[in-house]
Amino acid sequence: MSLIRLEKRPAPSALLSAATPVLAVIATMIAGGVMFWALGANPFEAIRTIFWDPLFDPTFGAYSRPQLLVKAGPLILIATGLALGFRAGIWNIGAEGQYIMGAIVGAGVGLALYPTETRWLFPLMVAAGAIGGWAWAMIPAFLKTRFGTNEILVSLMLVYVAENILASVSSGLLRNPEGHGFPGSRNLARDFPAASNPELIAGTGMHWGVVAAFAAVIFAYVLMTRHRMGFAIRLAGEAPRAARFAGVNPARLVLFSLGTAGAFAGAAGFFEVSGPAGQISIDFNSGYGFTAIIVAFLGRLHPVGILLAGLLMALTYIGGELAQLMLTMPAAAIQLFQGMLLFFLLAMDVFANYRLRFGTPEVA
Amino acid sequence: MTQALLTLEGLTKAYPGVVANNDISFEIGHGQVHALLGENGAGKSTLVKTIYGLVKPDAGRMTLDGRPYAPANPRMARAEGVAMVFQHFSLFDALDVAENIALGMDNPPGRRQLAARITEVSEAYGLPLDPHRIVGDLSAGERQRVEIVRCLLQNPKLLIMDEPTSVLTPQEVDILFKTLRKLAAEGTAILYISHKLEEIRSLCEHATVLRLGEVVADCDPRQQSARDLAELMVGTTLHTPSREAGAPGEVLLEVTGLSLPAPTDFGTALRDVGFSLCAGEVLGIGGVAGNGQDELLAALSGERLAPAGTIRLRGKDVGRLPPNARRALGILAAPEERLGHSAAPEMSLTENALLTGAVREKLISNGFISWPRSRSFAQRIIEGFDVRTPGPEVAAGALSGGNLQKFVIGREILQAPDIFVVNQPTWGVDASAAAAIRQAILDLSAKGAGVVVISQDLDELMEISDRFTALNEGRLAPIRPAKGLTTEEIGLMMGGAHDMEVAHVETLAEVDA
Repeated sequence: MSLIRLEKRPAPSALLSAATPVLAVIATMIAGGVMFWALGANPFEAIRTIFWDPLFDPTFGAYSRPQLLVKAGPLILIATGLALGFRAGIWNIGAEGQYIMGAIVGAGVGLALYPTETRWLFPLMVAAGAIGGWAWAMIPAFLKTRFGTNEILVSLMLVYVAENILASVSSGLLRNPEGHGFPGSRNLARDFPAASNPELIAGTGMHWGVVAAFAAVIFAYVLMTRHRMGFAIRLAGEAPRAARFAGVNPARLVLFSLGTAGAFAGAAGFFEVSGPAGQISIDFNSGYGFTAIIVAFLGRLHPVGILLAGLLMALTYIGGELAQLMLTMPAAAIQLFQGMLLFFLLAMDVFANYRLRFGTPEVA
Repeated sequence: MTQALLTLEGLTKAYPGVVANNDISFEIGHGQVHALLGENGAGKSTLVKTIYGLVKPDAGRMTLDGRPYAPANPRMARAEGVAMVFQHFSLFDALDVAENIALGMDNPPGRRQLAARITEVSEAYGLPLDPHRIVGDLSAGERQRVEIVRCLLQNPKLLIMDEPTSVLTPQEVDILFKTLRKLAAEGTAILYISHKLEEIRSLCEHATVLRLGEVVADCDPRQQSARDLAELMVGTTLHTPSREAGAPGEVLLEVTGLSLPAPTDFGTALRDVGFSLCAGEVLGIGGVAGNGQDELLAALSGERLAPAGTIRLRGKDVGRLPPNARRALGILAAPEERLGHSAAPEMSLTENALLTGAVREKLISNGFISWPRSRSFAQRIIEGFDVRTPGPEVAAGALSGGNLQKFVIGREILQAPDIFVVNQPTWGVDASAAAAIRQAILDLSAKGAGVVVISQDLDELMEISDRFTALNEGRLAPIRPAKGLTTEEIGLMMGGAHDMEVAHVETLAEVDA
């Protein structure tokens, strides 16, 4: 018998469900502050450096403000796709691989047509990127629907396959012929105007990938609230037997949600390689596909929540880099700080569904 | 009788929003078979959980053999000689009988010794059990024997049995009653919980009737008619469903040679199931739980596809059609499990109305959902079927079992099906809601629909069916007109005693006589 126990609430607390992300951020600031203090930094300065300086510091603001959208764009686009599957109980953990394959296929199509000037090239490359990600996601989807394999394992393992393909093409197939033998493709952003994804409004960081992320949020919102597919996704996640009874085809759901997530991740990869990154290189991927999983949950798997969570996560990235630079924090401390955010979110979730009771229980 | 075995005085237990037990007092004598009667929600479960040490009362006291009795947990209750057989078995399918029994004992003896004791006790009470058989292979009646033998090994003074016959065929019920009578003759008191009145009248010498948490009557059930007992339980005059008997119409649904493998390891395969259903007819399908009821409903609703040609609606093969295509043709269904199968508990009633109503009520056009139409459909169900709820935005899981069942049944019936298949339409539903549901089913058939009612409640089936059959290990017994069937015949259709032995009881009964 314990003195403190959790009692399931009859219905999840609506107030707490809405407030958990905010409470999680506050708890992360407190626990993170303690950690920074233990590392010998002034906790208030550290928190300010992460959350405030990137946007408002007179010296760095002008550089780091556009980074917010640059970093948030791919996170939001990928997380929006992932959340569709997560709502249905389909766990695509391999967005990172789909992101890499989208970048390779999208950039590959452009590079194959170098140095064409046609304005149809960019849309063609976007489509190729999305198809690349989609096709990579279809592997776990097909194996799951055909042979009942676990999509978590297959999609995750395919990330490592994609990373090896990336290493191979950046020093082989897609290597810049004028690059003096260094690995890495031609720079699309700098040397190939028809294939580049430029900043649309100077000083904002807004590029086509950010536009696509916002469009994806609207698409997902309409799908989940108004369309039968969104209803099928929610039903399958909440009551799988009821979903089958309602006529939801589980295989079609797997193909749709993995496919959409793959296409979004692939497009995100292409927008990155043709814009902020510029070229295919061995270390092109930077973990957006994994961080997007945190973003999806931080945003409560809701499109608008994901939009906000993506911006917040991007802020901790930029602020974290700034803290490394200014306060000489180790990179691991920043990663730990981001991990705390997910930890506290999940912990707070427990309290939305359960109530804390003190005293001895009645039933042994 | 000099002194009562167990006395209850003023037991009261309140939960937030409901008083489950209010000032309950009665006593049980040594060797008495005492019935505890009441509808769902009358407070029977709370009361027996109090006696078994699972619930601590807010007020009141108990004495056992004259000494104060206040068990803090079931282990203490067992130590004092109180044992309980639950309605839902707590057995591990993959373990054998002896292992299961050892797991439920506080101080199990060694394996070999335990096996010998099991054989000894089970033979003595006419409940033959092989200690080495795997529980997953046993019938429901045999599983219950495992639970009973587990209790008997502890030589209880009081044995509590919660709805023990809901999983038994009439023949198996006979065997159980012989055992219980023998136990009572040896001095063990039995507290027998049920809502089946005829059983109580044949078995028990004393009955306590609960209604809304209070004792409303103490009586000798043998002196009362079943109808009197029912009215004591419900508190009002019961309305018996009725309808105009009409001649059956054309054949609507034909099922022939339907065989399907078991969906899971402990599921049931359907074997060569065949029947035909006419317009305006109610076909009742009885049987002990786990004999293919869920599987038959899934095959008819389209949740599992059937082999081509095995299911025909007006001559058209529908066996390979998915659920929504069958709904479009007029075959609607309501599965047994309300939470998570026929309804999604965390979704609103509006969303649950959409769950099966999308096709026939045209709630979706071009893939987009019309929420106003879904809401008004939910509202129509709520009004038409007297669903007690603040409104259609309430989550399905927040409704009581009876109200949610009325919603589920209403949702299908309002869509005017040609064929309606329902499994356990009134399971866990209070008597007045059950009567309303049965009446709605009869009204539907009177309008020309064919209805298949799968149920484990034989009284219900006899009341509303035109023809009757039973599922036994995935096979359907030959269909007979319901009128004039005897309990004996029904029991045999359900699989008789499932090859359970009865010989020992009879010899013992002779010795007793």
